[in-house]
Amino acid sequence: MSMHAPSGGLMVAVSATFKRDLTLLLRRRGEVLNPLVFFALVITLFPIGISPDPQLLAEIAPGLLWVAALLAALLSLDSLFRSDYDDGSLEQLLLAPQPLAALSLAKVAVHWLLTGLPLALMAPILGIMLALPAGSYLILALSLALGTASLSLIGAIGAALTVGLARGGVLLSLLVLPLYIPVLIFGAGAVQAAILGDGIAAHIAILGALLAISLMLAPWAIAASLRISING
Amino acid sequence: MSLCLQARQLACERDDRWLFEGLDLDIHRGEIVRIEGPNGSGKTTLLKILSGQLSDYHGDIYWNGDSMREVREHFLANLLYLGHAPGVKAGLTPLENLTWYQALSGDQGNDCQREEALAQVGLSGFEDVPAGQLSAGQQRRVALARLTLTQRALWVLDEPFTAIDRHGVAALEAQLVAHANAGGCVLVTTHHELAESPVLRRVQLG
Repeated sequence: MSMHAPSGGLMVAVSATFKRDLTLLLRRRGEVLNPLVFFALVITLFPIGISPDPQLLAEIAPGLLWVAALLAALLSLDSLFRSDYDDGSLEQLLLAPQPLAALSLAKVAVHWLLTGLPLALMAPILGIMLALPAGSYLILALSLALGTASLSLIGAIGAALTVGLARGGVLLSLLVLPLYIPVLIFGAGAVQAAILGDGIAAHIAILGALLAISLMLAPWAIAASLRISING
Repeated sequence: MSLCLQARQLACERDDRWLFEGLDLDIHRGEIVRIEGPNGSGKTTLLKILSGQLSDYHGDIYWNGDSMREVREHFLANLLYLGHAPGVKAGLTPLENLTWYQALSGDQGNDCQREEALAQVGLSGFEDVPAGQLSAGQQRRVALARLTLTQRALWVLDEPFTAIDRHGVAALEAQLVAHANAGGCVLVTTHHELAESPVLRRVQLG
C-alpha cells in the first residue's frame, strides 16, 4: 500500500462540491422557493396594512424591499450546513485533504445563486407593487445582488457556528443581524439615492467593498466555525 | 515508506469523567486494530481523535513519527474515515455520491470505476436510484464502496458492519484482511465478532 502525498486537485474538489450542492438544491425546489414566497408575501401585505397611497409607499419602498429581502435570505441560512451535519457528510468534508475554506466558499456560492440572486431579480417586480419610482429598478436589483452575496457569506459564518445546536435558528439571527446592518444601510441607501437623483456610485462602491472584505475573510471564518461546531 | 500511527499518553475527558487515560497505541502497516469496550467507553471519541477530528484531548499523536498537528495534510491524504452516519446524501444517486467523494480527494475518476465499485458492494442496478430510496444497509454499502474506490493506506471505520447482512459482513471482513495483507492498516470498532486472524489485534477500552 503506497502512501500519497497531498495531491492537489483543488479545482476538481471545489467544482464537484459546487455541482453537488446545486443538484441537491434543485431537487428540493421547495427549499429554494421558500424565501422567494416569504419575500413576495411580506411585500404584498404592506400596501394592505399601511395604505395604498403610492406617494407614501414610494417613500418607504427601498427600505421595505431591502428589509424583506434581508429577512428572506436569513430565513434560508439555517439549512446551509444542517443536512450535511445530519447525514455525516459534513465530517467527511472536514476530512477532505483540501482547504476547507475553498470548499465552504463553493457551498456559499450555491446558496447565493439560488437565494440571493433570485431575490434580487424578483425585487423589481415587487417594487411595482410598492410604486417604486421609475429609474431605481435597476439599482434595486444591482444593490440586492451585491448585498445578498455579502449576506450569504456573513450568514454562513453564523450557520456554521450554530450547526451543532438543536435549535440554532434564533441564535443564528442574533449572531448575524448586527453584521447585516452595514449592508442594509448602504443597500437601501443606494436605492434611495437613485430615487432622489443623487449619485449612487458611492453606495455601490461601499457595497462592493463590503463584498470584497466578506469574500476575503468569511471563508476562513466559516471553516474555523465548522471545526468548532464539529469539535463540540 | 513507513506507515504508523502512534498515540502517547492519550487521555480524553467528557463531562468531568475520564473516558480513557494514559493510553499508548501503536498501529503499524499490515494490522487490523479493533477497539473494544462497552457502550459509552469512548470508542467513537477515540476514533475521532485518532482521525484528527477532535482536538480537545491530552497527549500526543504521531503520524510516521511526526506530530499529527504538523502533518495533518499528509495524514488526511492517506486517511479514509467512515463514521456512524454513512455520509450518503439522500437526494443524490449512489453514483453522484461517489463522484463527490472521489473529487474531494482531487480525483475526477470516471463512471466505469464507480460502477465497478458499486457492483463490488452488491449495488449494481441501483446506480441511478436516489440514495434516499435505498435501505439503511444499502446506504451503508454506498459508503463502503469508497473503500475500493479510493486508495488510502489507513482506514478508520466506526461500526462499519451496522445494517449489513451476513453475506456483506463476510465480504467486508475479507476486504479488511486483504487491505492489511496488502500493507495498509485498519482501525475499527464493531460489536460484531471478527474472525481470528494473524493480522488482528485487540485494544480494550474502559
